[in-house]
Amino acid sequence: MAYLTSAPLDLGRLVARVTAPARGGIACFLGTVRDHHGGRAVRSLEYSAYEPMAEAECARIVAEASTRWQAEVAVEHRLGHLRIGEAAVAIAAAAPHRDAAFAACRYVIEEIKRRVPIWKRELYADGTEAWVDPTRSAGSPEGRADRTVPHAAPGDAEWGV
Amino acid sequence: MGVSTSTTVSVRALLFASYAEVVGRGIVTLTLTAPATVRSALQQLRGLPGGLRLPERPLVAVNRAHASLDTPLSANDEIAILPPLSGG
Repeated sequence: MAYLTSAPLDLGRLVARVTAPARGGIACFLGTVRDHHGGRAVRSLEYSAYEPMAEAECARIVAEASTRWQAEVAVEHRLGHLRIGEAAVAIAAAAPHRDAAFAACRYVIEEIKRRVPIWKRELYADGTEAWVDPTRSAGSPEGRADRTVPHAAPGDAEWGV
Repeated sequence: MGVSTSTTVSVRALLFASYAEVVGRGIVTLTLTAPATVRSALQQLRGLPGGLRLPERPLVAVNRAHASLDTPLSANDEIAILPPLSGG
């Protein structure tokens, strides 16, 4: 299963993939390209990845969510050039009940942001560009770049069912 | 089989995004003294032109899984130095 794609994302297709008679709840998340960041007007984004590891890490995250919440999860992350409003990441998490579906969906997006080697370059309205460094954003805890990223063990997350 | 002997370990180091820019390339082959760790590989990378702009304690991966500076390296391992992640 490929988790990375350069094609536009289709959440409906992901929902169709996880829909099943025994799964009564499907939670979805769509992350889209914002027109501003850190007080600057953003014109578009460029996503790149360490692709083989990003695929492997997405597979691990999906397997963890599946085990923990008996959820079926479909997720795709877009790479390449994205315009404002386009979807960068799409997740559909299906489970027997809604609590598990929401929790699985939340877990997958948070772990993607924390563990999957993908990088975002912002192209600003004024013609300049820069790599995004969330560890330097206002309000982020200092020294996050120094941390290692351990594999999440069930029970690690602050959210859960 | 590589050409490594019992005293050296040859590994492939990958650099991405801003880190590839500061060193000027994305792939570097390193020959390290055994026993080698991610820390010794990073030390050698920081010795390259521009390499001192790599952090002392970056995120790292070995063979496509998150690792630490103390992770031991074997011949032909693939290590990666990862800038702060910004997916999602």
